[in-house]
Amino acid sequence: MADHATHVEGLAHHFVSMEQQKEAGMIGMWIFLLTEIMFFGGLFLAYTIYRTTYPEGFLYGSHLLNVPLGGTNTVVLIVSSLTMAMAVYYSQLGERKKLVFFLFVTLVLGLVFLVIKYFEYKSKIDDHLFPALSLYNPASTGAHGVPLELQQPVRVFLWIYFLMTGLHAVHMIVGAGILITLIVMAQRGKFTRVYNSPVEISGLYWHFVDIVWIFLFPLLYLTGFHYSPGGGH
Amino acid sequence: MADHSHEHPANPIKYYIGVFLLLMVFTALTVFVAKFDLEHYWGPLNIIVALTIAVIKATAVVLIFMHVRWSSRLTQVIVVAGVFWLFILLAFTMSDYWSRGGWPTKLGQ
Repeated sequence: MADHATHVEGLAHHFVSMEQQKEAGMIGMWIFLLTEIMFFGGLFLAYTIYRTTYPEGFLYGSHLLNVPLGGTNTVVLIVSSLTMAMAVYYSQLGERKKLVFFLFVTLVLGLVFLVIKYFEYKSKIDDHLFPALSLYNPASTGAHGVPLELQQPVRVFLWIYFLMTGLHAVHMIVGAGILITLIVMAQRGKFTRVYNSPVEISGLYWHFVDIVWIFLFPLLYLTGFHYSPGGGH
Repeated sequence: MADHSHEHPANPIKYYIGVFLLLMVFTALTVFVAKFDLEHYWGPLNIIVALTIAVIKATAVVLIFMHVRWSSRLTQVIVVAGVFWLFILLAFTMSDYWSRGGWPTKLGQ
């Protein structure tokens, strides 16, 4: 191809131009995110069905969750989305130092989220609220006084809570791995003004995981925020 | 609209800060509103308010942080198709439950 005598760094031979390569990458990533929407969508559907079936159990179960910790994690993720957007911006300007800085801050915020999540899970398990183990343990009913008739519905809520936040946390762990890879690549000077698609594509993934949390936070944590058990609600 | 109108702005940082502030304010708002028992006035009011706020937040992230506002038409169509497909999943399943006039047998009751 005489037209392409000048080889562009990072351009695969089967694409006509950098622009076309980038567009193909973006669309490929969006198709993947669509499959992710359906992946999480099944759980959101389960949530809708069981919440409609057990409204009282969901209020009670939601009330057991820690809103300050969940809210803190929401803020952590929002800030991390901003820093990720900044990283994408600086990758397109070819400013390596700022790119690495913002990728690193995003990674740290992602890890902060996971640490907070760990302590939340731990306190739930300690309180006998992990649904696979011992919700029926007399000790748990003593500590939390889940009324007998609500134990099964609360158990359903807790299953959905652990499944949805667990699947989300797995995505966060994958995201952290992606960020570490990007930081190493950026430090080796792989990204330039012309070639930076991996950063932008990873950004799409990170923002998607943030959006999932934007829905999980009100649906799981805030649903029972106004609820007072035994308050005749 | 010609493809060139989708060019990124030269300096998108002010958009990013704007979305960031919107996300923070709406997070505070959704926590604040959740404190009140709006179900006292109308059954689904709490969840409607919460989901409306969540949809606004998600839309802002998709349009600005994920650059869909400046993306090609093809990308925009793909995004809308994804949301629409999720709507089909939820709406058709729920309409099936409702039209059968009943819910799954309640556990342990």
